[in-house]
Amino acid sequence: MSKISYLPGKEPDSCEHRMIFKNIDRKGWDPSIACYLKDGGYEQLRKALKMNPEDITNEVKISGLRGRGGAGFPTGVKWGFIPPNNSKPVYLICNCDESEPGTFKDRYIVHQDPHQLIEGMLISALAIGAHTAYIYMREEFPEAAILMEKAIEEAREKNFLGSDILGSGFDLEIYIHRGAAAYICGEETGLIESLEGKRPYPRIKPPYFPAALGLYMAPTIVNNVESICHVKHIIEMGGAEYAKLGTPRNTGTRILCVSGDVKKPGYYEVEVGKITMGELLNDVCGGPLDGRTFKACIPGGSSAKILRCDETFKIGNGENQKELGFYDIPMDFDTMAACGSMAGSGGVIVMDDSRKMSWVLNNINHFYAHESCGQCTPCREGSMWMRKISDRIVDGKATPEDIQTLEDVAYQIDGRTVCAFGEAASWPVEAMISKFRDELEAETSEDNEYLSPEAKRQLKNIS
Amino acid sequence: MKTQTTFPAFAVSPEIEDAAETRIAQYPNDQKRSAVLPLLHIVQHEFGFINREATEWVAQKLGLEPMQVHEVVSFYPGFREHAPGKYHFRVCRTLSCAMAGSAELMDRICELTGIDRSNSDSHHNPIAVSPCGLWSVEFAECLASCGTGPVCLVNDDFHEDVAPEKAENLIGQYNN
Repeated sequence: MSKISYLPGKEPDSCEHRMIFKNIDRKGWDPSIACYLKDGGYEQLRKALKMNPEDITNEVKISGLRGRGGAGFPTGVKWGFIPPNNSKPVYLICNCDESEPGTFKDRYIVHQDPHQLIEGMLISALAIGAHTAYIYMREEFPEAAILMEKAIEEAREKNFLGSDILGSGFDLEIYIHRGAAAYICGEETGLIESLEGKRPYPRIKPPYFPAALGLYMAPTIVNNVESICHVKHIIEMGGAEYAKLGTPRNTGTRILCVSGDVKKPGYYEVEVGKITMGELLNDVCGGPLDGRTFKACIPGGSSAKILRCDETFKIGNGENQKELGFYDIPMDFDTMAACGSMAGSGGVIVMDDSRKMSWVLNNINHFYAHESCGQCTPCREGSMWMRKISDRIVDGKATPEDIQTLEDVAYQIDGRTVCAFGEAASWPVEAMISKFRDELEAETSEDNEYLSPEAKRQLKNIS
Repeated sequence: MKTQTTFPAFAVSPEIEDAAETRIAQYPNDQKRSAVLPLLHIVQHEFGFINREATEWVAQKLGLEPMQVHEVVSFYPGFREHAPGKYHFRVCRTLSCAMAGSAELMDRICELTGIDRSNSDSHHNPIAVSPCGLWSVEFAECLASCGTGPVCLVNDDFHEDVAPEKAENLIGQYNN
């Protein structure tokens, strides 16, 4: 096919390395199978069909691919957890519940390039020995559900799906399963419960690691949309070649989604760790809005701990210890973790000096209070109390003690729940208080007129 | 509050039976329960919301107790137990859209459609309907288009970059 060009105003930035997003906003591109085939579509499936499943898994392990949904767990290692003596059916689930605030990458893949996902799923299913796969699609993507089902139908007509695929003897069916607007379904065991037709209460791990006891108590691999798409490119390039992209332990490309107070918000596919926060925000995204300066940034979806833009971090140990300014942080998994936050889902939310941190925190608290599934008491009650306290702060009805209470509540959720939602809900509070305590306290008042003398006396007794 | 509903009353047609069977066939024979969400989607899409009769029909189709279906309906924010308007607006409330003005967008939509949201809350009564029954609104959590906020869904149509001043134009697209 001729040189790739993109729609006016949608051209990739010069720092980008488009692989997964090669066809997003591409001129002359449409989601049909004809278009995909003209561009070399399903060639990697043909290649994979000639490989041993173990070799596919091995290539993915060598590639160093880490899950793009949030946790950054190595995909090939995850696949390797399926018990070797398993006799039950194996299931592949594609997690398209994309619901971490700040993240908007899977949306474009399922709307514009559905066959890339199907091809990635086919290769992944081959590797793990799955003959049934589900795409758990968030309910808020109704158009994508229709599009993906059409794409599945097209692929089946060409015998890329169904039985005896391309004469290889391999069978696979892919079905769309629509969620119903619950954030917790992004958690893999919650998702599985939802797929089983129940309330999506996450399962306790151990013993319910999906790779051993997943959907219908059978081995199940749940992978993010972007991760599955990478598998196709790993087969195309070979694991070792793929691993040369990015930086050691942080290989490949990933899609960074930038939103909030920057001149050019959007999605940017870059080599992992090859671009710094400063380059991303100032060069790629055009810097802060006129007359404004950057104040704070959530680097990996709303659950990630917020960073101050004027912060410096000490990373490494002993002789290797070095200081790193906020703008010098490379956009990778490990450095972001060393700076006390996480690369998470790649959703970067930026706030400038016009934003009040109490308002930002309150918005986040409302999200988690709404989305807590209610299974574990610390999370169900705690997320609601955190919301109530931050409501008080923004309403000007809080006392300085409220900030301490808020922090105490957060630390009583963290680590005390069945799933990582407890951390997701409490980390934003913990980080916001540790980094912006002065600003939050300045919005409270000892002599708050809303507090009765009795309530004030009680507060004194507590503290 | 009594509102005029624009949806047909729940009734099972051969088309609905067919659609249900297609969905049930997507899951292993002994795992019919998996089809609870898909069947509820069929009902809600056709009838606007899920009432007791519909819940009982889904339960009977899948060999479940009605309670096992109802507990799903009552958990997921994506399922409704009351009729929305003919055009249901879901405005994203979460951080990036809020920073881009989604609260103002919601206010403007309510102003233009005569919707009173004063009795709405996020958990128990999220949906507010206009007195004429044509319009309804609800705050949704992150719709995954944070770079183009504020965003909203109107029924199944997605709209991005809907600054509050564009609300009138947006509503105009559905005003018939």
